[in-house]
Amino acid sequence: MSLASPEPKGLSTKQKIASAIGLIGLFVLVLALFNTTLPNKPVFLSLSLGLITLGTIVFANDAYLTKLAGIKNDGVWFKSISSRGLIGWLTGVGLTTFYVVLYFYAELLGLGTNGEPNTGLVALFDPLSKILSGNPASQWFVYGTLYTIAILAFGYKFLLKYRHNRYQQIRTGSVMFFQLGFAFLIPEFMARLNSDTFSLPYYDLKNIWPLNYYNFEQYRINDFLSAGNIGLALLIFGVASIFIITPILTYKYGKRWYCSWVCGCGGLAETAGDSFRQLSSKKLSAWRIERWLIHTVLVFVVVMTTAVVHSYLGDDSSKYWLTKKSFLISVASFLTLVFAGVMIFKRKELAKDAQYGAIGYFVILAVLFGIHFLSGDGKIFILKAETLRSTYGFAIGAIFSGVVGTGFYPILGNRVWCRFGCPMAAILGFQQRLFSKFRITTNGGQCISCGNCSTYCEMGIDVRSYAQKGENIVRSSCVGCGICAAVCPRGVLKLENDKLDGRINPNEILLGNDVDLMNYVNQK
Amino acid sequence: MEHIVIIGNGISGVTAARHIRKMSDKKITIISAETDYFFSRTALMYVYMGHMKFEHTQPYENWFWEKNNIGLKQGFVSKINHEASELIFSDGEKLTYDQLIIAVGSKPNKFGWPGQDLDGVMGMYHKQDLENLEKYAPTNKECKHAVIVGGGLIGIELAEMLRSRDIPVTFLVREESFWNGVLPAGESAMINRHIKNHHIDLRLSSNLKEIIADENGKVKAVVVQETGEVIDCDVVGLTAGVSPNVDFLQDSGIELGRGVKVNRFLETNIPNIYAIGDCAEQHEAIGLRRPIEAVWYTGRMMGETVAQTICGNRTEYKPGHWFNSAKFLDIEYQTYGWVFARPKEYEEQFHWIHEDDTKCITVSFHKGTQDFLGINNFGIRMRHEVFDRWLTEKKDINFVMQHLGEANFDPELYTKYESEILSAFKKSQLQTA
Repeated sequence: MSLASPEPKGLSTKQKIASAIGLIGLFVLVLALFNTTLPNKPVFLSLSLGLITLGTIVFANDAYLTKLAGIKNDGVWFKSISSRGLIGWLTGVGLTTFYVVLYFYAELLGLGTNGEPNTGLVALFDPLSKILSGNPASQWFVYGTLYTIAILAFGYKFLLKYRHNRYQQIRTGSVMFFQLGFAFLIPEFMARLNSDTFSLPYYDLKNIWPLNYYNFEQYRINDFLSAGNIGLALLIFGVASIFIITPILTYKYGKRWYCSWVCGCGGLAETAGDSFRQLSSKKLSAWRIERWLIHTVLVFVVVMTTAVVHSYLGDDSSKYWLTKKSFLISVASFLTLVFAGVMIFKRKELAKDAQYGAIGYFVILAVLFGIHFLSGDGKIFILKAETLRSTYGFAIGAIFSGVVGTGFYPILGNRVWCRFGCPMAAILGFQQRLFSKFRITTNGGQCISCGNCSTYCEMGIDVRSYAQKGENIVRSSCVGCGICAAVCPRGVLKLENDKLDGRINPNEILLGNDVDLMNYVNQK
Repeated sequence: MEHIVIIGNGISGVTAARHIRKMSDKKITIISAETDYFFSRTALMYVYMGHMKFEHTQPYENWFWEKNNIGLKQGFVSKINHEASELIFSDGEKLTYDQLIIAVGSKPNKFGWPGQDLDGVMGMYHKQDLENLEKYAPTNKECKHAVIVGGGLIGIELAEMLRSRDIPVTFLVREESFWNGVLPAGESAMINRHIKNHHIDLRLSSNLKEIIADENGKVKAVVVQETGEVIDCDVVGLTAGVSPNVDFLQDSGIELGRGVKVNRFLETNIPNIYAIGDCAEQHEAIGLRRPIEAVWYTGRMMGETVAQTICGNRTEYKPGHWFNSAKFLDIEYQTYGWVFARPKEYEEQFHWIHEDDTKCITVSFHKGTQDFLGINNFGIRMRHEVFDRWLTEKKDINFVMQHLGEANFDPELYTKYESEILSAFKKSQLQTA
């Protein structure tokens, strides 16, 4: 039986006008794409981006400011766009096509090759790019601009939707700030510093390895090292981000400090992707796939990066302190240290997952040995480091994180990449599960199993299965967006940083019961 | 192998089944005429509102039952023959049991109003009610106006549901203020204002006289008792409370009052037959509780308790400190301990309301001993664990007011009101001293 009727409430007149305004803005981009001659590029570019933003703002104002503050999920499962209806599928196909073109056929967007000037859509963005960095636009500049506009405009919409919720407001302000400042403006301004004698690589400072899987490739290391103190500082910052900053912040706040407050992928998911969060699968089978997939990507990126760095290091320690051999040894020792530490101190918390961790660890170690003993001529076994790198860049960097990760928003939910693929999320999640004060507390026995929390969990966590047993939620995948706590109609969930003791409470402790009964129930 | 049969797949019956399975490998069969699988009744409203699909209200995936070897049977039990330990279904089929748990829940009250069985008149309790509402009120074109009769939790939820599709709603409430049999005056008044802010036509002190049919036997209008006013409408929601769904047990030999009479062990007068949840009626009320508690949480606790008994550990139903929660449109409500709408003679209450008119609390304490007795909180979330402990430890009111911050459960970064509440409390104490 289907209870989902055709949309019982259509768009209001104002919302239709707003949609039209936004579509006209998009249409200007389409005109540019098909090389229509637009007389005054700066005017048309401003017009296009302005109309897209204006349309979103007018739409959001009418959708939310006309109602009292509160949860605004009415009709989510009736609207075609947010319930895998026709519009949802069309949007998915459209987005996917855009990403395929962006990554693999940028010339179709008008990117000038072999020194020719840009045409089409990319050329439309030239004026803005010249203002910021002084250079003509690339397809990535076009993408970065649209990405930033999306986060800002839909961020505004999200701010209105959750105007009763300060956690959501401040968190959204944060992702908007980091996208505009760190991801968009600062790298462009950094490019202004470049000259014939001085060159910094493009660097979004908040983009940390292994999400930024290319950060330690040879050309970037060369750039860093040749750019004096600034370059060296950036390189050190890149390494410190992984080994010092990330663990400390994750210990104190959980992985949310990154995934739903800072990260650009998270930023887009939380703003433009907010309408799709309910589409993530909560099935146990999806969780099984998730765990294998994301950790496989993690192993892949570790092996790939190690191989790439190994390939350009030398053998002679008198020339440079870090040699092929010492590098491999330090990677192996670091991994062994982490592995041993977890096995000794956290084995109980890992339970059955320990064996999967062990498999991952031994695979990596075996490969490291392989690299050392079997490689020559820049080869690892039979594969070149370069082959590994380009395979990762293609399969994970482009297809998974871009085409699937964002293109499939309207089909699989807004965190496909973060949930199934992001190796950064895997590392932070590992820390969150084992070495963090963060948890989602369940409020005693107040859960009524309604399912709003699970439905709106973008990471596909079955939050209810914990809440209805009175358990805290300590899951490596939780990005701490806080929506489960917001949509809960009974005030059952709270994101907290608190003591490590009793953080994981796998007993069915439902308050309100007689104490003796609680004891019986918890006897296994 | 012993066969445990449970009639009803709501929270009580399913909790009992899960816990019996945890402790034993007895054969378990759950019978339901309503749905194939367990769902959260309290979440039905969100399906109509489009927040969730029906399958989202099911806490367990469909494979869960077979994997845990819990049998599910669809059917309507029309009779229990306890002498033969067998159930007789409406289609004549029979099923024998060794132990029987009756967990059949409630049904909406109807008070013999003329026209109460017309098309377009419905309660909001069963999944079938939801389907009915979808049929008669799919949009505000088919349903130009709806009238809700009865000002309780289900009534205000039904009003919220209909408003989510922009259907104009008139809300007839018998009492002079919304739910004031449970809520103290200040809280009830705040909710009255909140209902009106949502453009719901709230009519207090208004009773239903009759429901008028059109020529096809479908509702056309209602008549208000007090004024005689005729209100045109396409849907009437009857939400004047619920009562145990025990009609099929008349003449079964099982002792009935309003519900199935049970002792503190949830045993009926017939050996091997138990009753839990909404349909169970205690011989003697437990503490300040009512003999029938139609509440999610008590149903769950009874399920856990009866599972112990059935698995050989005969256990008394001993609920701890009272708690409950609800949501009135945008305002969340929680209660811990006892705060009475009309204070008992030993009870003193302190009420604080925020100037934005969406947050308030009422704390109750003993005039003589100053013991903290309970709290109602609206628009501010409070920690169950903390109040449960304070009630057990019999903290005095001054301690509770000074440590209220420890009980705060609002999301991080929210504005805190504890100091404002504390100074208001101190002021009130000076005035009464």
